Order: sequence, then structure tokens, then C-alpha cells
Amino acid sequence: MSIREWDQDAIRRDFPVLRREVNGRPLVYLDNAATSQKPVQVIAELTRYYRDYNANIHRGVHTLSQEATAAYEAVRDRVVAFIGARAPEEIVFTRNTTEAINLVAHAYGRAFLQPGDEVVITELEHHSNIVPWQLLRDERGVVLRYVPMLADGTLDMAEARRIIGPRTKLLAVTQMSNALGTIVPVAELAALAHQHGTVVLVDGAQSVPHLPTDVAALGADFLVFSAHKMLGPTGVGVLWARGELLEAMPPFLGGGDMILTVTMEHSTWNAVPHKFEAGTPNIADVIAFGAALDYLAALGMDAVCRHERELLGVALERLATVPGITLYGSADLDARGGVVSFGLEGIHPHDIGQVLDGAGVAIRAGHHCAQPVMQHYGIAATARVSFYLYNTLAEVDALVAAVHEAARFFGRVRV
Amino acid sequence: MSDLDELYREVLLNHYRSPRNAGHVDGATHAADGANPLCGDEVHLELALDADGRIADIAFSGHGCSISQASSSLMTEHVKGRDAGAAFASVADFQRMMVEGNPPPDADFGDLEALAGVAKFPVRVKCASLAWKTLEQALRDGRLAHAAVTTDERSQ
Repeated sequence: MSIREWDQDAIRRDFPVLRREVNGRPLVYLDNAATSQKPVQVIAELTRYYRDYNANIHRGVHTLSQEATAAYEAVRDRVVAFIGARAPEEIVFTRNTTEAINLVAHAYGRAFLQPGDEVVITELEHHSNIVPWQLLRDERGVVLRYVPMLADGTLDMAEARRIIGPRTKLLAVTQMSNALGTIVPVAELAALAHQHGTVVLVDGAQSVPHLPTDVAALGADFLVFSAHKMLGPTGVGVLWARGELLEAMPPFLGGGDMILTVTMEHSTWNAVPHKFEAGTPNIADVIAFGAALDYLAALGMDAVCRHERELLGVALERLATVPGITLYGSADLDARGGVVSFGLEGIHPHDIGQVLDGAGVAIRAGHHCAQPVMQHYGIAATARVSFYLYNTLAEVDALVAAVHEAARFFGRVRV
Repeated sequence: MSDLDELYREVLLNHYRSPRNAGHVDGATHAADGANPLCGDEVHLELALDADGRIADIAFSGHGCSISQASSSLMTEHVKGRDAGAAFASVADFQRMMVEGNPPPDADFGDLEALAGVAKFPVRVKCASLAWKTLEQALRDGRLAHAAVTTDERSQ
């Protein structure tokens, strides 16, 4: 549901950085899976906090502190509405997705997983949803298992049904691969996992910014994502968890704001979610994140998703005509978000990225912190294009022209 | 010349397409592995030092971008036949060129001067430097055993 008409020019005017030139060409920003740009509404909200009511929260009787506390806590309510949660007590602010996953690995994993219990993840995961579980495995003796991917970048669901079983105590799975854009059928996996009493963590870092999100429909027990990939500032992550899980989990970090009472011998914990927000949080950026949520909600996530899918379809069709190109990922547009991972024969992705930058086109080249995905294809890196709501079909033209230019540039060498 | 043409000089693209001293060295006395985790570049270097301490043979293998591959190829051409002391001096000269954007006056770099344009692209300096840091590692610590070199710790 949107309350704002999709007006591409008006949307672009909201993002000041899109007016700049890079290497003498208009910026074409296609690295949104790494981080998104920020609209004036978010920048203004950030500035307003520092200009008008900068104060620490949850402790002051003075007016500024009360205003800052109210603004900070109001964002929790907006997150609740944005992802279909039940209550603000289910929302914990972290630094980023990575910290949110580590929070669960520590506070849930250490408290509730026993040696021999199985944690299942997938071959599609970002390193941030692999390494915390490897650390837990090494520390606690849990068994880490992977659901493999298929050649088209989708998950092997037959293997998932074989691997997820009574010994699986936790399933941690991405909803959208950052390297390939694959959308994983998380609800189906969660239903499967819940048959065995498995707790399900969904890494929504790539999906929540681009798809409508409803935690109840997802069937997740934990959902984690980052503000900076969805128009918000860096330094804010979100952990959503079913309330009873947060109640049962011990704290992650100890310090101020997360305690009720402290004596020299002992402390008691504050109520959730504050139990998990030790120390002064990232007040300004959380408040500014509220403006990002408002912006996305006004456009409607269905409309955002539709727009990106249109760009994706055109980009895939036109990039396929570039000589020597390999396009990774599924041919089924419904099975992927607005990400195109590709390679050019005889040209390293880093060099593709360099030539594109010369044309003002910003993409990512590398392993995308998803080395198991690269290993699956027997490559070290890909070039990756990722769209967002401000990108246009004209920018897809600029991209395709620049990729042709890269192919020509490196094809000109006489051996 | 555009920045891009300055970075991707014809001689570099030629070395990228047709690397010199690619492969392995029979009877290697020194070796080292280098990696750049940021872009996944990897280089494996093998050297055979003769009785006088000269680099009698050198070869590289691995994979990476045009800059890292061309730099590896040019480096092996440059240091072949030099002794370890001269090779260390070349490494220092090369690193200086990556900072200053010009070849040091006495460096006798020849085609290697084509890599001077990389200095304008700080991210790519790590690509160009990988082979040289690995050479330094091979000569210093690489006798009989392999050693690892890292030019960048970052990853996202």
C-alpha cells in the first residue's frame, strides 16, 4: 500500500548525491546492496536531532532528554509497523546486521545450544551469517551444516528437507543473497524447521530494504537487518525476535541502560528490549532511521519491489548481448531481487569496476563477502550491479553502454 | 590521456594478456604466497637463487586483475638476474613510485614505469604492490618454506 504516487523525478530530487558527477559523468549509483544513498528527509532528521534536542535518553528529567527519548522510542514503533511485529519490546537496536547475528549467536546460542546440536545455514550466506556460527561451533561444539545451492543460484530445497531434522536446533538463513540476488523461500524453510522445533533466524539485510516484510508470514523467530541499506544512516541494525525468546535470553553486552540495579556483587537486568542495548545507543542515527522508514512506507514496498524488478528485467536482457558476458543467478525474475552478478571473459571484475567508474557508474567488484558462493562457481570474484528505488531505465542504458565499453577496452589488446 | 588510459597503459595490458615468467621454477630455492582479500587476488612466487645469490630464475602463478598480473609479470622480468640486495632496492623503489606517481630517478624501471599511473588509484596500489611484497617475503623468509603476505585486511 502506498500513499505517495511513484514520481521518479521527485524521488531522485530527494537524493542530493544523485546530482553529482563522477569522473566528469553523471553518477550512476548501482552499489545499493553495499549501502543505499540517503534522502534529504533522513539527513534533515539527523541534523534536527543535533541542532534542536541533542541529549542522552532514558535517564534525564530535563526536556531535551525527554524529547530525545520519545523520538528514539517512536522509531521502535515504526519498525514494528514496517515489519509486522507485535510490540516495540520485540525490537532491539544494534550497530548493524552483523552485530545482531552475533548477539543471537552469543545470547541465544551460548545459553540454549548444547554440544552436538546442529546449526544449519546455507551456501548462499554472507560471511556475517557464517563466521559467528563457526565461532560458536569452535567454542561450544555445535555441528554446523550447510544447505547447498544449485547452479542457478537457488537453494537446493530437496537437500534442505534432508538436512533440517530433529537435531537442528537453529536455522540461520538469508532471505536474499547479496552476491546473486536469489530470493530464498524462507517461509517454506521456516515451516519445515518448526516441524522439528527449530528456531529460525532470517538474515534480512538484503531483503527488508527491497521486499514487503511481514514477520508473521515469514515464520521467523529472529529477523535481522541494517538501516544503512534502506535509506537510513550507518551504525544502526535491527534485531527483531519473538518476545519470549528475548525474555529468556541472557544479556549480550553488559553496562549502563541494560541494568535495573547494580550492587558491588550483583546486577539485575532491565526489561527487554533495553536488556540488549547496553550503553548509550546510536540515538541520532536511530532517529534518522525513522525518517527512512517513513519514506519507504509512503512509497510502499510493493511499489519499490515492482520498480526494481522492471529495472532488473531490462538489465538482464540487455547485458546478455555483451560479448563474453556470464550472468550468474536464476533466469526466473520472481526468484531474485534487483541484483545482477556477472563476469566478462578475460577481464577481471576489478577491472570492469574500474572502467565503469571511469564512466561514472558505481558497482561492486569482488567476492561480496560471500566466498562460498564464489567457490561454488569456481571464481574469485564477480562484478555486481544492485538497484534501488531511485535508479532509472536511463541508468540501465548507461550501465550497459559502460559494460560494452569495458569489453571493448580490454578486447583491443593485440597479443 | 584520460585517467583510465593512464592506468591501463598498453604495455600493462600486453603483460596481462601475455604474462612473462608465468608458471613454476625447477629447483626453486625460495617461494612465497601473497593474497589480497579485498579482491581475491592471489600470487604464488617461486625463485631459484644461484651460488652468488643472484635470482637465476623466477616464475609466478595465481590469479588476479590486470594490474596485479601485469605487475607480477613486469616484476619478474625486472629482478631476474639481479641479486637479492638489488631486488630489495627495487621493491623499495617500486613502493616509492606507488606513493609519488613517478619512477625514482635512478631506478632504471623501463616498462615498469607504465605502472606509475596506478598511484592515482589508491585502491589499485594494493593490486600493483602484491607481487613486490610477495617477492620481499620470498627473499626474506621464503627459503624452502612458503610464507603468506597480505596487502589488505579489509573485507565487506
